[in-house]
This record gives sequence, C-alpha cells and structure tokens, in this order.
Amino acid sequence: MIYDIEYETMPREAMESIQLRRLQTTLQRVYATVPFYREKFDQAGLTPSDIQSLNDLEKIPFTYKKDLRDNYPFGMFAVPMDNVVRIHASSGTTGQPTVVGYTARDIDTWANLMARSLAAGGASRGDIIHNAYGYGLFTGGLGVHYGAEKMGASVIPVSGGNSKRQIIIMKDFGPTIITATPSYALHLAEVAEEMGVSFNELKFKFGIFGAEPWSETMRQEIERKLNLTAVDIYGLSEVIGPGVSIECHEAKNGMHIFEDHFIPEIINPETGEVLPYGEIGELVFTSITKEAFPVIRYRTRDITRLHPEVCTCGRTLVRMEKVSGRTDDMLIIRGVNVFPSQIESVLMETDAVEPHYQLVIGRKENLDTLTVMVEVGENIFSDEVKGLQKLEKKISHNIKEFLGVSAKVQLVEPKTIARSQGKAVRVIDNRKI
Amino acid sequence: MKAEQISIFLENKAGRLAGVTGTLSEAGVNIRALSMADTSDFGVLRLIVDDNGKAKLALKEKGFTVGTTDVLAVEVPDEPGGLHNILELLKDSDVNVEYMYAFVQQSGSNAVMIFRFDNIDEAVDLLTQKGVRVISGKDLYTL
Repeated sequence: MIYDIEYETMPREAMESIQLRRLQTTLQRVYATVPFYREKFDQAGLTPSDIQSLNDLEKIPFTYKKDLRDNYPFGMFAVPMDNVVRIHASSGTTGQPTVVGYTARDIDTWANLMARSLAAGGASRGDIIHNAYGYGLFTGGLGVHYGAEKMGASVIPVSGGNSKRQIIIMKDFGPTIITATPSYALHLAEVAEEMGVSFNELKFKFGIFGAEPWSETMRQEIERKLNLTAVDIYGLSEVIGPGVSIECHEAKNGMHIFEDHFIPEIINPETGEVLPYGEIGELVFTSITKEAFPVIRYRTRDITRLHPEVCTCGRTLVRMEKVSGRTDDMLIIRGVNVFPSQIESVLMETDAVEPHYQLVIGRKENLDTLTVMVEVGENIFSDEVKGLQKLEKKISHNIKEFLGVSAKVQLVEPKTIARSQGKAVRVIDNRKI
Repeated sequence: MKAEQISIFLENKAGRLAGVTGTLSEAGVNIRALSMADTSDFGVLRLIVDDNGKAKLALKEKGFTVGTTDVLAVEVPDEPGGLHNILELLKDSDVNVEYMYAFVQQSGSNAVMIFRFDNIDEAVDLLTQKGVRVISGKDLYTL
C-alpha cells in the first residue's frame, strides 16, 4: 500500500521544484540560526541566495559527524530549546554521542515518514506490530512506535531484550508485523527454537529490519526462519532516524528515499565530487523540512548507489541499494579493502553458517592478522573433530578466494560473541598503529 | 540395538568442562561414560548418560551446542586379545571406526566399548552375525 500517494508517486519535475523551494528555505534558516553553518557559508564565500538550482547544492561545504560532536550537545539546533520537544542521541560507542532534537512538527513529519515506511513494508490499519527495536535514546523504538500509531496499526512496545517473554507475546497476541534489527530477529528465532515454538505457527506476514548492515543471504535466512517477507529500512538519527528510506515489499529492490524531505547525493568519498546515478560512492543527505536539527550535505559514511527508475510498486522516489559498507567500517588488512558485510556473505554461502561472527584484527611482527570467530550452532556441529576442522578450512578457503585475504577461522561456543542492544559487535581491531 | 550419545562443543577455555559437569549435576543426570577429542582451540565432549532428554534440555538451556549421534555399545571379553578379535572381524568389511572409548561399568564379566562407526547398520549386522553382543541403549544407560 502507498500511504501518501501524492508525494510518493510525484513526477520528478514536480518533486524537484518542491525540493528546491524547501532547500532554499532551510538554507536561509540555518544561516540565520546556526553559527556553525553561517561560518561554513562565509568561509566558502556563499550566501543562501547563491543557491538557485538543485545543482548549486554541490557548492555547499559538507557536514561531518565530527562537526556534530564538536557542537555537542545542542550547538547544531536551529530553534530555541522552548521549541524542542524530544531529544535522541546515538550510542556513542565509537566516540562522543551525537545529540539530535525534534520540534513537535518534526515528530509529526517523522511519524508520517514511518507510516509511509510501514505501509511500504506491508503494514496497514488492523495489523499488530511487534516492535522489538530498543526504546530509549536510540531512534528505532520510538520511530516505529509513532509511525504505527499514525497509520492506525496496533503497536506492541516490547522493545529489545527479555527474549523469552517476546516469544510468549508473539504466541499470545498474534502480531502480524515484526520490526527489529536483523541480528536480533535471528536471535529471536534461536530463542523460539529453544522454547519449541515454530514461527510457522505464528501470524507474521512481514518484517521490517534495519539499523545495522545485513546481506541478501541474511535476508533469505530471516525469511526462512521467521516465515515472513523481510524488507530493509534505512535511517540515521542525524538525518531523522528510521524512515529516511524503505524497500517496498512488492519489489524488494532498493530503498525508496523520501525525497520530499531529504535530498540524497552520492559522492566520491576521497574527492567529494558528486557522482551520477548508478555509481557507487558515499551517501550524503540534506534535510529540507526539519526544524530543530537540519543537516546540510551530511556525510553518512554509508556506501551505496542510487537508481532513479520508477519502481514496479508505482513509487517514483529514487532508490538506494542496500548499504554495502561504510567508509569508516572499511578495514584495510594487509593492504586489502575488506567490508565486514563481505565476510558475512561468505559465511552465509558456506554451508549456511550462522551469521553470528566477529572479526578480530591484530598485528603480529608488523603483519596484519584477521581472525574470524564463528559461533557453532547445532546446524554446523559435528561430533567428529575432523568435521569441524574441515568447516574451518572451508570458510578460510572461501574468504581467501572471494576477498583475497588470509583469515584464521576460530569456532566458538554459541552466544559468546557480544551483542549490544540487539546490535552485534562485528569488529574488534587490536592493531596499535 | 543402537545407543544414543550426546556430544557438546567446547572452547578450549578454563572452566568449560566444569560448566558441563556442573549443569548435569544440577539436573541430576549421571554420566556413564565419556571421551574428549580436542584441538588447540576447541574440543568435542562425547557422553553416555542415564537420561539423554534431561541432559540435552539442561545443556541447551545453558547455551551449549549439543548434538546426538547413534553409537554401538559392544561387549568385549575382558581378557588378552578381546578387543583385537572384534576389530579383526571388522577389518575386511567396509565399516570404519570413527572413534571408540571404554564404558566404565562391566556387563557381567565382559568389558563394554562404545564405537562410533561410519556405517552403523552394517556394523550391527556384522557383529551380531558373528555372535558379538551389542547392548541396547535402554540396557546400557542403567547398566
């Protein structure tokens, strides 16, 4: 179902004219109210009125995660605190957290975008949504919650954790839609299995998964184990939270970006040059409707590409491919560029290995070492040591073959790899460089 | 004829074996025989216990990866050449021994060996035809 037929199927020309008007308004506002943006514009010798077309956007300097941290906590807000009704923050696992604010109108915009997203993912009024995204400073839980209420679906605010109780709720309440991080969804499948509950007996039709990178093979595993259609949702708190873009369940072929609120660009991460549709590069967003926390040319560090063709679902919104890596996730191991998501694909293609893995990078005598820790679940366990050793060799061989990097594979007991708030910790880099 | 063995994946870390024995002890499960195969990083612990269902449930609850395998419990005369004569019987067949270990308790005056064969059905036929006694799981767990 298309929730907002007018905007989601708008012809490109009309969309661009709306985008330009909204962009110009946003630039005028941030120039007047956020000292950071005014300085950036002044340094570049620009004023907001220099932006006369969407192509002029590339004249504006980028905004980086570091800029948000430097202005911690509220320095990037474009409205007085009187008008801020909600504050969220990133987890800060990789440094100082970044703090974002919302006005009442921002919350309503976000709810509307999440209602569009849930609809694209298969939900409608009458559905019961099991929302296992964490509630709190993280935007996932509340983002889905407000969108579900906006569209008139019933939402179970179960949040993350207490997995056994989640399975009981699924059995008793009969939810039809699940929203969670993909790794937590697979964890729930494990717990259900331990409890002797089959997802085939549950009522789920669709699942909307995001907030961490996941591969196409992981989608197949989730669809099989949870017996539902799985779609990918994209968002980041700096831009608004979940609901920046969403796959439609009809095509499952790229995520539709809500361009009436966010202008996407793909750039060469090294040079900053804007790349045409279809080319792979770093995704950059400019928000054009947000009041409390607008971002101008924000570097997401996510690697993807854009496709402008109209989708079979009818939406005219540009689609972004599944994020294939992050500019800052990219590991350079003995000079080879490796994205954790590539290792994940190899694992999944090797004998349906559980995607619970962790990469440990070290340095021994000036050489990088890569150890891939893989949890041994029942599906790959063997009572014979040689069977397990064969598996280790096979994984290591496939990694070498597909990625060109040597890795030691280490089998570990289930649930020994840390999962933090439903997000798996994928990389531990012990190199001291 | 067959007996069920449970096997558990263990990392080579201090206290992991005690984790298994502690879990079984709490669950009131008695270990009747065991063998451990290991590499420098991990090991596989194989157990014959008196209550497989209870043992599996308790171990899985604690997060262990547990597998089950059919094995044969074979009576071996407790005298010089006892085991050798049985292995001789198998020598010319296509049945291979993957691994074996001794059971603690005797069956009458005979020793008991646990065998994991690559082809268990053929092994059963071969041994019983030659008059070697194979102890059923039910009898083994309570021996």
